[in-house]
Amino acid sequence: MSHETRRDGETGTTDEDRPGTFGRYGGQYVPEALMPAVQELEDAYERYVLEKEDGFVDEFRRRLRDFGGRPTPLQRADRLSDRLDREVYLKREDLLHGGAHKLNNALGQVLLAKYMGKERIVAETGAGQHGTATAMAAAHLDMPCEVYMGTRDIQRQRPNVFRMRLNGSEVNPVSAGRGTLKEAINETMRDWATNVQDTHYVIGSVVGPHPFPEMVRTFQSVISEEARGQIREQAGRLPDSVVACAGGGSNTMGTFHEFVGDEAVDLFAVEAGGSSLAVDEETGVAPNSASLSTGTEGVLHGARTKLLQDSDGNVVESHSVSSGLDYAGVGPELAHLVDTERVTPVNVDDDEALEAFHLLSQEEGIIPALESAHAIAFARANPEQLGELTVINVSGRGDKDLESVIEETEQRELENAPSMDIFERAAGDTEGGI
Amino acid sequence: MSLAEAFDEPAFVPYLCVGDPSVERTREYVQALVRGGADVLELGLPFSEPIAEGPTIQGSVVRALEAGTTPEQYFEFVDSLDVDVPVVCMTYYNLLYQYGDSDGPGSFVERAAEVGISGFVIPDLPAEEAGPLRTACDDHGLDLVFIVAPTTEGERLERMAGLSSGYLYVQARLGVTGAKADVSDQTEASLAKVSQYDIPKAVGFGVSSGDQARHIVEAGADGVIVGSALVDIVADHGDPEGDDVPERLESKARELSEGVAAGAENMAKPEGQ
Ligand SMILES: Cc1ncc(COP(=O)(O)O)c(C=O)c1O
Repeated sequence: MSHETRRDGETGTTDEDRPGTFGRYGGQYVPEALMPAVQELEDAYERYVLEKEDGFVDEFRRRLRDFGGRPTPLQRADRLSDRLDREVYLKREDLLHGGAHKLNNALGQVLLAKYMGKERIVAETGAGQHGTATAMAAAHLDMPCEVYMGTRDIQRQRPNVFRMRLNGSEVNPVSAGRGTLKEAINETMRDWATNVQDTHYVIGSVVGPHPFPEMVRTFQSVISEEARGQIREQAGRLPDSVVACAGGGSNTMGTFHEFVGDEAVDLFAVEAGGSSLAVDEETGVAPNSASLSTGTEGVLHGARTKLLQDSDGNVVESHSVSSGLDYAGVGPELAHLVDTERVTPVNVDDDEALEAFHLLSQEEGIIPALESAHAIAFARANPEQLGELTVINVSGRGDKDLESVIEETEQRELENAPSMDIFERAAGDTEGGI
Repeated sequence: MSLAEAFDEPAFVPYLCVGDPSVERTREYVQALVRGGADVLELGLPFSEPIAEGPTIQGSVVRALEAGTTPEQYFEFVDSLDVDVPVVCMTYYNLLYQYGDSDGPGSFVERAAEVGISGFVIPDLPAEEAGPLRTACDDHGLDLVFIVAPTTEGERLERMAGLSSGYLYVQARLGVTGAKADVSDQTEASLAKVSQYDIPKAVGFGVSSGDQARHIVEAGADGVIVGSALVDIVADHGDPEGDDVPERLESKARELSEGVAAGAENMAKPEGQ
């Protein structure tokens, strides 16, 4: 028996102009078993979302309004404007149903899965916001849903675990690695590879193989569609800058997208600087999640992008006080916009984010998600970079973070944190009274 | 021996992850597998995000990384291996991509050729992204093995069969790697789907016994790939000096290779006997 090797040199080339690539980044680096599903999704995305077949886009918009509560307000932040001595507007994605921008994408994808005839939803979650949004959308659209979540994040984000369970989703703990988002994505990919025929994977950010980065950005772009109109109406002009935090980068791309063509508008992506920007040689841990500022090019979770890795190419564990930013990679389109200098990557550390969390809570009456607090912290520390008029995306609300904020606050010297000793005093009084 | 020659008779292809629990122990294990009848070795280079692996091989990869296994150690290990069967490197694309100074997988492939590696299986590299690696493999005379999944059909199947060299890795069932007790119904259908292509077909994902191996060869496979059932034995190591892991690996390998041989014999018999 002789086996001759036959090969077709024309196929299998990586072409930077291929759909799904952004400059050097993007692509479809997934196991073969998933490729047909990825291509089926590509096809459905083109038909229903881009070409608006079968009324998908109308239904999506209607549900975002009636179920989600869109449009969200653009609000002038009065005291922050005074404090920073410029006009500061907040895009209030924290007011979207579920408490974060995540529903824009989750609702879009669960609805798309329905149009595709899929029968089951799986999702990963870090902060639990995407898991919550997916659980809500799945309940709303009557689809069974399972969410994978790292064990460490389950501890950090308990309220969201309750919410997912209340909406009828299964939550599957993932204990590999540090038990955060990266491991949860790995495990969801494995589930998808096993159940690919009837299951859609609702990925939670602008990451993963094509068409996910583009599709998630398209669903999230409603943020900048609204904000661009709102700022022109309220301030009479386009802003000088737009600021958003960046984990995987979905609120970031959603907030930037419609402004990318406005060259005079500076775009700042604020990453988690964690506790330090350097990788600890001994532990291999990057005590940050700043892949745009400190990462190098590589392949992670289906895409070529910037990521935190060691010199061999093993992905290192990231860190951030905020679960939603605690990720070693970033969306390929955002990486490309940074390379082409359209987006400026910046970062703030854990302490600055916590201080901004307290600041916005105290001075604006808005308790922001720790992720969003990073965007506020950058503005607070660098007002001169913002110009006269800035829009900051408040990607989510902070209710999910209360327990970890109290705990983290106690471990640090923060200039503006309120004391929580009321519990001890009350406990003392109760004991005394019995 | 070339990969293609190794499949002249139906072949037993065991997988182990190098470095679990140490590179030196992997050497003993590999020798045991060869004594037990391995025809080709698939040796895993551990990567931090093994998305195609089930819990068994994930565990092995974690232990190998914790032991500090690096690509360079892996290459030195393969270079110093004194066995007479072709070695296929199984790993994930980012490690190829990062290695050396080349922009792309070129340096990795060059180094692999230097240490005598025959080919690659890269589970997260579909045909669509494989151009640069295929070219580098051609430049250095190495094989690039593609995995045909139960979901692979039509034009994509055609394209992958064309791109693959050495053998086609026929994935017996959907999902991730992991030992299973039965032969998937999918196996025969998957083999039928690729039968027209003139390249050896090796079936993997879930094979754990000699009986299964025999069935798979009888269904028309040119090779049987076994990972998790062997890694289960490695995971069970006790005393790093005196345990019986090599003996148990050897006897499991023998069971599997005899299964393959029995299947081959039955295939050679005329119809109806
Ligand atoms: C409120 C909030 N903002 C931001 C993020 C970060 O994700 P992305 O960078 O994709 O917007 C998360 C993620 O969980 C989040 O919950």
